[in-house]
Amino acid sequence: MSLTTSTARPTRTIDGLLLAGLFAVAGAVTRAIWFTPVELRQGLAQKIFYVHVPSAFIALYIAFGLLAVSSALYLWLRDPRLDRMAESAAEVGLVYMSVVLLTGPIWGKTVWGTWWTWDARLTLTLFLWFVVLGLLLLRQSIEERSMRARYSAVLGLLAAILVPFIHISVYLFRTLHPRPIVLKPSAPSLPGSMLTTLLISFAAFLLLFVGLMRVRYRYATERDELLAAEGME
Amino acid sequence: MALVEATALTRAFGNRRAVDRIDLTIAAGECLALFGPNGAGKTTLLRLLAGLLRPTAGQARVDGVALPGGASARAAVGLISHQTMLYPALTALENVEFAAQLHGVPNATSAARAALGRLAIADRADTPVRALSRGMQQRVTVARALVHSPRVLLLDEPFTGLDDAGSSTLADTLADLARDGAALLLVTHDVREGLALATHVAVMRRGSIALHEPRIASGEPDAFVRRYREIVSA
Amino acid sequence: MSADLITGPAVVATDTPTREERRLSPPSFVSAAWLIARKDMIVELRTRTALLAALALSLLSIVIFNFAWDPTAVAAIDLAPGLLWVIFTFSGLLGLHRAFGVEQADRAMDALLGAPIPRTAIYAGKAIGNLALVLLVQLVSIPAALVVYNLEIARVIIPLGGIALLAGIGLVAVGTLFGAMTTSTRASELLLPVLALPFFVPVVTAAAQATARLMGGRPVDETIGWLKLLAAYDIIFVVACAFAYTVVADE
Repeated sequence: MSLTTSTARPTRTIDGLLLAGLFAVAGAVTRAIWFTPVELRQGLAQKIFYVHVPSAFIALYIAFGLLAVSSALYLWLRDPRLDRMAESAAEVGLVYMSVVLLTGPIWGKTVWGTWWTWDARLTLTLFLWFVVLGLLLLRQSIEERSMRARYSAVLGLLAAILVPFIHISVYLFRTLHPRPIVLKPSAPSLPGSMLTTLLISFAAFLLLFVGLMRVRYRYATERDELLAAEGME
Repeated sequence: MALVEATALTRAFGNRRAVDRIDLTIAAGECLALFGPNGAGKTTLLRLLAGLLRPTAGQARVDGVALPGGASARAAVGLISHQTMLYPALTALENVEFAAQLHGVPNATSAARAALGRLAIADRADTPVRALSRGMQQRVTVARALVHSPRVLLLDEPFTGLDDAGSSTLADTLADLARDGAALLLVTHDVREGLALATHVAVMRRGSIALHEPRIASGEPDAFVRRYREIVSA
Repeated sequence: MSADLITGPAVVATDTPTREERRLSPPSFVSAAWLIARKDMIVELRTRTALLAALALSLLSIVIFNFAWDPTAVAAIDLAPGLLWVIFTFSGLLGLHRAFGVEQADRAMDALLGAPIPRTAIYAGKAIGNLALVLLVQLVSIPAALVVYNLEIARVIIPLGGIALLAGIGLVAVGTLFGAMTTSTRASELLLPVLALPFFVPVVTAAAQATARLMGGRPVDETIGWLKLLAAYDIIFVVACAFAYTVVADE
């Protein structure tokens, strides 16, 4: 289950890990909807929480963290594998961020009546969504591999530096313009079964993330090998 | 003493090797004429030796200093490429003066004037470059490359756009510089001009040097062209 | 004129000088940066493309928003700060795109990269040139905005200039780098704003909030917090982008 380079033959079989991840997520969502008690005040809509929270955690800390670290390491080591890792983390991360940005407002609107509330984590996700989109657009506009990797790594590193500034700006903004704190998912007073569902859900989304990363990374490796074979003649 | 030295110099773009393990040396006073078809990697080689590209493998040294190196490694190099590298809105004098200042030439303005005079274009010193003809712009480009008295000259099709008088002036200037101890690498499609100035001749093909010999061995231009055609179509 | 041999003083010494004997002393970081900045400013003053475009966008936006605004619903003093700095950002972007375009046309960039100057000096020179452009546009736009929206000028104009300087440095630090990165790519006109705008958010937020407090006559320490954020942003991103430029320029 390691992310090493594959042989040059194209993968025809569906990746087992990805399949497992998909089933796991399906299972977790099923448990969340039918086998977890309904929350008292928020009702059925609260169940979005089981999708929103794991996605947010994975998008911000794991995907973006991977992107930032592999960008920094690439600038130091110039290993193409790090660039492929950054590329994969950016794309898969963008997907997870999109899930966060869709589920957040839906949850907010159905439960509290407001689409958007400049919540710290949601706002940061929004900014990173734009930054990662920009990074992918930049990558798409550069043909030459080493230039693309260099530029992408620079942008990734700068994005990591930007994060604390966004945080502080939102924090200062909120203390001066108090908003209802609606999306507060980390309430420690979650009853047992809900906590269990959350943890299961988290594990499922993480499994899916790893599966998606594996497939995406493998695609990147095969694509590069194919281009190498073409370029050699 | 070798002023220009390439050792197993390689530059890849993605997985395509534009320059593939090239070894060459050019000593002071030598002029290497480099011929080759389009896409052979001649421009890439020049850019590597000018410190504009970082080698994928191997090393390029100019005046004993490895390139790209720090700022001082590039001090001895003068580059003429396909584009003029000029600012159209500035005058000829301002362009050359700017180059002189960037290289730390003392009395940059008078050095710039002298360089323009050398290329017989001193009377257009105060004309904006965009108002000059292509041939005149080429002369300004050459003046810009020479103003800091480079010991190494990398020339990519420097005769492009020049009329007979201009070509003649340039050829004489280059000969003077070689006589004064500079090392020249001249990439050109003009066989006659190239052979006239060369002390050594090379042919580049698909990233490698296919031929490298003293000028004497190359013979007359027509004979050389025949051999060249054989080499590149092999 | 025929090609006579040189009769005047030789530009190249007749015997090969050693490295120590050579008269050339390449310019320092500061001199090199200033040479490049000065050259950019001269070129811009002669062509005026970026300056006029940015100025036109800025002034037109100020006027257009005046027509889009209902003074009975929103007081000028509530509208103007945000407006001022949003316009500043977009007119700045317009100017930034041009900066590296100057070098692209005839590959003058190669001459800069081939010169014996540190790569960071190129970044610094370009950034200073861009800052001059941005500040020049603000020099006209800020008074224009104050006039159009009937705001009190005297008390705020100097502090606003200070905010403009801090915000300008932040804008230019990031914008110069991204300008260099996008100028050689496809769809560069669109890519520069897409990349840069998320990075400009802390700058615009801090500048607008500080301006709002300033105009509202609030106590100074409320403004100071935002200014400190701006200053921290400036320092960190100038250093980070200067370093990043050496990576970007290193082909």
